[in-house]
Amino acid sequence: MNKRILTIIITAIALVGFAVGCKGKDVKTISIDGSSTVFPITEAVAEEFGSSVARVTIGVSGTGGGMQKFCAAEVDITGASRPIKPTEVSACAEAGIEFIEVPVAYDGLAVVVHASNSFVDYLTVDELKRMWEPAAQRTITNWNQIRPTFPSQPLNLFGPGVDSGTYDYFTKAIVGEEHASRGDFTSSEDDNVIVQGVATDENALGFFGYAYYEANRDRLRVIPIEDGDATNGAGPIEPSPETVANSTYQPLSRPIFIYINKAAAERQEIKDFVHFYLREGRSLVREVGYIPLPDSTYDLATQRFDAGTTGSVFGGGGSRVGVSAEDLLRGN
Amino acid sequence: MQEKRSTWRETLFRNACLVAVVIPLGLLALLIGDVVADGIGRLNGQFLSSYPSRFASRAGILPGLVGSIMLVVLTASLAIPIGVGAALYLEEYAGQETVGDSLAARAARVWDRYFATVIEINVANLAGVPSVIYGLLGLQIFVRVVGMGRSLLAGGATLALLVLPVVIIASREAIRTVPRHLREAAYGLGATRWQVSRRIVLPSAAPGILTGAILAISRAIGETAPIIVIGALTYVTFVPNNLSSEFTALPIQIFNWVSRPQEEFAVNAAAGIIVLLVTVFSLNLIAVLLRNRLERRLR
Repeated sequence: MNKRILTIIITAIALVGFAVGCKGKDVKTISIDGSSTVFPITEAVAEEFGSSVARVTIGVSGTGGGMQKFCAAEVDITGASRPIKPTEVSACAEAGIEFIEVPVAYDGLAVVVHASNSFVDYLTVDELKRMWEPAAQRTITNWNQIRPTFPSQPLNLFGPGVDSGTYDYFTKAIVGEEHASRGDFTSSEDDNVIVQGVATDENALGFFGYAYYEANRDRLRVIPIEDGDATNGAGPIEPSPETVANSTYQPLSRPIFIYINKAAAERQEIKDFVHFYLREGRSLVREVGYIPLPDSTYDLATQRFDAGTTGSVFGGGGSRVGVSAEDLLRGN
Repeated sequence: MQEKRSTWRETLFRNACLVAVVIPLGLLALLIGDVVADGIGRLNGQFLSSYPSRFASRAGILPGLVGSIMLVVLTASLAIPIGVGAALYLEEYAGQETVGDSLAARAARVWDRYFATVIEINVANLAGVPSVIYGLLGLQIFVRVVGMGRSLLAGGATLALLVLPVVIIASREAIRTVPRHLREAAYGLGATRWQVSRRIVLPSAAPGILTGAILAISRAIGETAPIIVIGALTYVTFVPNNLSSEFTALPIQIFNWVSRPQEEFAVNAAAGIIVLLVTVFSLNLIAVLLRNRLERRLR
């Protein structure tokens, strides 16, 4: 009995000591959270940045979840696959958090069909809209309703979950209104499931981030998109690192961002990390499947960070389609 | 005639039961076989001792493995004492009669019983609450109000809340199976309620309580949603070394790899699942061995 009480006391002391033990050591930490789309880039940058200057930790609670933690000052930096929303701007303002918005890469959305589908040579934005708009629900179900020259085959649609930033951007760019689409398509939060769906269904059409197409080239065929605007390249354009970076693949390429807490940006380790991100990130972005911004845009982004310019270039108005990150940074 | 028909029914029933056993076990074997076939080749010392990386071949599971083990030990050491205490109160104390009660004591007893019923209903309901809700609760209470931050302790406390109903329900069942005459014999010898609970009820109920602990551990280690909500990380370059340390866990690493576009990460995910399975199995094995020892001692 006594022995047991002794054991309990010793264990308790050990546990408390364990809990308090290392608290005194002051390790510099850079805490990052946010979008799963931005995660692979930030992970690559953090890996190269190493842990000699500071420990980098990255969580993945999604763009919205990351913004909440960011506005509660729980993280220094958050990744976002869409611009900050008006509600988030005011939440940050209420908490007295100022932020610096920096674009870090482009993500192209690839529209894909089954590898053996040879009849779709290209699609126009209007055709995509007719496929995906809310009015298409249960009425547009056959490929020949999209273009009379297409064969009479059922049209099976696949897309990301309606909570994802990818879905938000696609609906904004194609349907014209964020979050508006037909409901009768197969959706999944996991883009690999959509890849699997399109790769095994000859009548399928789906969309997801360009990286997922790139990793599954042999099983899918990517569709060139015609946006009817000759000023950004005439005719249908296929997504590729070049066409996304030079803004000719429109309207389905979007910039992705990191948001930095202004107060945290005063800290040397944060400064170093963001500079490293915008300098070394250029080559790492490509490595993990995304598309780097033009060098001049990275320079502008670095200037913006150094000047400590706060606020969003989107003015809290949500995604803007067909505007390059450079134009945004220049304030056009 | 009568006998023949019952034999025929007997056979049918036995085969139906056999099918009910074979279907889930077969599916489980298929799943495990598939995962092992995919991931076993990736399972090596490097994988077990490395940190996350953008290169699938360099990435490893170390912070997740250490994080998960610490998280589960913490969860169990918080949930089991509290859960067993609650079960003891509900079974042995709440509304129990005492000889020579005054009127006030009787009134208190009625209130006690009412209180116990309310608790009972709530415990049963809590067991059905989606785990993400516990995450939100943990984020608000442990991370923000109590100020534990995005720490291992906050994670353990949140998961402890999550598994508490399981522990309480299993412990109550176990306590209820302790024969009444054992208690009465002890009371007859002049033992107090504390002595009876401590010396008679708890030791006899221990095997059943450990079964509850096994269920709790198995549930806690597989949970992803609540710890993501409270701020568990995905990329860390260190192993948690104290209770206020930030952490990651096995299911988070696995989920991250599954959702990557590159095929090689899927292999990592499979290897991660094997590590998770082995970890759950080892932790449960400890509880099973402990239970068997206790059962033997009781006889």
